Amino acid sequence: MPTTAPAAPAPDASAASASGLADVTASDSTLRRFLHGLPGVDAVGLEARAASLGTRSIKTTAKAYALDLAISMVDLTTLEGADTPGKVRALGAKAVHPDPTDRATPSAAAVCVYPDMVPFAKEAVAGSDVKVASVATAFPAGRASMAVKLADVREAVAAGADEVDMVIDRGAFLSGNYLKVHDEITAVKETCGTSARLKVIFETGELSTYDNIRRASWLGMLAGADFIKTSTGKVAVNATPANTLLMLEAVRDFRAQTGVQIGVKPAGGIRTAKDAIKFLVLVNETAGADWLDNHWFRFGASSLLNDLLMQRQKLATGRYSGPDYVTVD
Amino acid sequence: MTMEKRTSAFEYAPAPESRAVVDIAPSYGLFIDGEFAEAADGKVFKTVSPATEEVLSEVAEAGEADVDRAVRAARKAFETWSALPGAERAKYLFRIARILQERGRELAVLETLDNGKPIRETRDADLPLVAAHFFYHAGWADKLSHAGYGPDPRPLGVAGQVIPWNFPLLMLAWKVAPALATGNTVVLKPAETTPLSALFFADVCRQAGLPKGVVNIVTGDGRAGAALVAHPGVDKVAFTGSTAVGKQIARTLAGTRKKLTLELGGKGANIVFDDAPLDQAVEGVVNGIFFNQGQVCCAGSRLLVQESVHDEVLDALKRRISTLRLGDPLDKNTDIGAINSAQQLARITALADRGEAEGAERWSPACQLPENGYWFAPTLFTNVTQAHTIARDEIFGPVLSVLTFRTPDEAVAKANNTPYGLSAGIWTEKGSRILAVANRLRAGVVWSNTFNKFDPTSPFGGYKESGHGREGGRHGLEAYLDV
Repeated sequence: MPTTAPAAPAPDASAASASGLADVTASDSTLRRFLHGLPGVDAVGLEARAASLGTRSIKTTAKAYALDLAISMVDLTTLEGADTPGKVRALGAKAVHPDPTDRATPSAAAVCVYPDMVPFAKEAVAGSDVKVASVATAFPAGRASMAVKLADVREAVAAGADEVDMVIDRGAFLSGNYLKVHDEITAVKETCGTSARLKVIFETGELSTYDNIRRASWLGMLAGADFIKTSTGKVAVNATPANTLLMLEAVRDFRAQTGVQIGVKPAGGIRTAKDAIKFLVLVNETAGADWLDNHWFRFGASSLLNDLLMQRQKLATGRYSGPDYVTVD
Repeated sequence: MTMEKRTSAFEYAPAPESRAVVDIAPSYGLFIDGEFAEAADGKVFKTVSPATEEVLSEVAEAGEADVDRAVRAARKAFETWSALPGAERAKYLFRIARILQERGRELAVLETLDNGKPIRETRDADLPLVAAHFFYHAGWADKLSHAGYGPDPRPLGVAGQVIPWNFPLLMLAWKVAPALATGNTVVLKPAETTPLSALFFADVCRQAGLPKGVVNIVTGDGRAGAALVAHPGVDKVAFTGSTAVGKQIARTLAGTRKKLTLELGGKGANIVFDDAPLDQAVEGVVNGIFFNQGQVCCAGSRLLVQESVHDEVLDALKRRISTLRLGDPLDKNTDIGAINSAQQLARITALADRGEAEGAERWSPACQLPENGYWFAPTLFTNVTQAHTIARDEIFGPVLSVLTFRTPDEAVAKANNTPYGLSAGIWTEKGSRILAVANRLRAGVVWSNTFNKFDPTSPFGGYKESGHGREGGRHGLEAYLDV
């Protein structure tokens, strides 16, 4: 699977300081002033733009390209209390070879599991390019002490997680305690070290306004996120075209200002190939082609993969196969 | 796995809407008294697809005798049509609205072929609005006594309506729906370059069982329009088009009993304050000037941007304009279609060249224009001042002039400094500023944090040389009532 090297340097303090953003995080008030100084978001306009990009018609060769790209971007996820090593192994096998009938099908990007399942996931994807991502920091609520959160991260990284998906403290964010959120992300980033990329989950459904999502995006990027991610998949509103579009604007603007490229991961609620293609159109026409790679864009999903595979088979054979011709895990 | 070939950009494959959904006859007659008929002198003209220059059909060219026949038919039909109870007229309008919806795809393809605008627009904007206008006015037909024009407002008689080529079917709907709802009958002349959707509408009227003579369509050029507005049997004239022709019509009608509404040109200002939601403002500015290739009377053809965010907005604007997809209007992914005619293309070209000659800085994205047809790349002019021709004259094309301002007072002064007064846009997150600035703008429509939003319930019309009278909403009924 994709061996594309990062097209931009990993975020570090020097990039932020070079672009004049170093002082922003000096204190609670400077951070607050900066985040509240970002341009506002007009909800009607944002949603209209997302809807209008949703009317793009992706056919034939473009569809084939988009389906394969989408498959390669799936973070195949299982985050259930009922997860077992067996279930995780099955998922890992599926991520490596999503379609047993067609070995040319690209692998998924990663499997995403709870920290205690990381060893089984590592084993299942061993020898492939599929990454293992682990949620951490008292996922999904994030309501635990810092010591517990960091221990959670340490365990995941020690077990070999290539990527850590952390949740921010939404309570702190909503009460305006931006520096606390920032410092937590920084601490988690430090704990991840150089071995794991950090995805920062905002739980956009709980931040509730688009202005907040823009502020959270910049906060996360300033604090050293490698990826910004919409949702845990555990609340009522997860990834939507509009909140993903907004986050794509944020990473686009952040790179323009700092030279640092950050990834985006919409998660939860994307179930059909048609929806996934709409998200790829958003990426293509907002952040641009540089993000059309699983190093920079992911889908957090589980059932999506099977629909992508069925559509892929349909495109190849001209017939719909049905759910009995893809694996149920 | 070979990812190399995939890291290339996401190229959208062609996704053309099928032409097969519309059956265009090789020739069309005039629609008079419920029948299609040739012109009395047998004259015809051709209508072409501006995207390919392909001849789509041959259409009868109405002369004075034909216009006279049409007005007589409308006069005759007026007696019975105006006597119908409002609820009965409403039934016809509802029926027309439903048929327009059912035939929406066919009419969208037809409009795109004849006009050159992208199918995305005809499908998502024109046709839904066309049906909405008929539904809305159908609702008024039996409630006119509650419209605020007296207990039993009467229709005027025969309405002579002349419409432009930029929104052929939508402008027809804006004119025909209120006229019929209020009990008038109609003789309508569509634009010379876009007669087909009006002729298909004639078929919709027949399908709806509309009584003969209530709607008559006479195709032709400016001479047919002049004959129609000058005809003594016409009681009301409604015109949408250029300010020059509007003035001519006003002169013709001076001293007659005829009631007149004019919806003419514009030079709309989109004002972007430094506290605007910038991403959405850029989107609105792009939509404001490139919707329908800028061939919109209320287009936001002047961007007034606060100096403190000028560079940021310009960068974002250029980046966004670079993603616009110009090409085959029938392709569902096309954003920018063809210019409607060679004549219009020549006008746009001349004005843009003049802008350059007068020292404004011209910019267009890298963009390949098709070989056949009439095309103009999206164009942006910076360093424009109020003294430039491109800041004063209506270009009616995809050309945006960017000016700057420092204070709200200066923004208002510059926005109002035009002989026109049709539309304006305000972009700011500050609600009090929206209200304060909107109150001072001399424009018939002021949009805030959006642009080019239309709705049949909202009156539309201009100040100053943008015309007089309102179309749509309760206000629009007045133009067709004897009040």
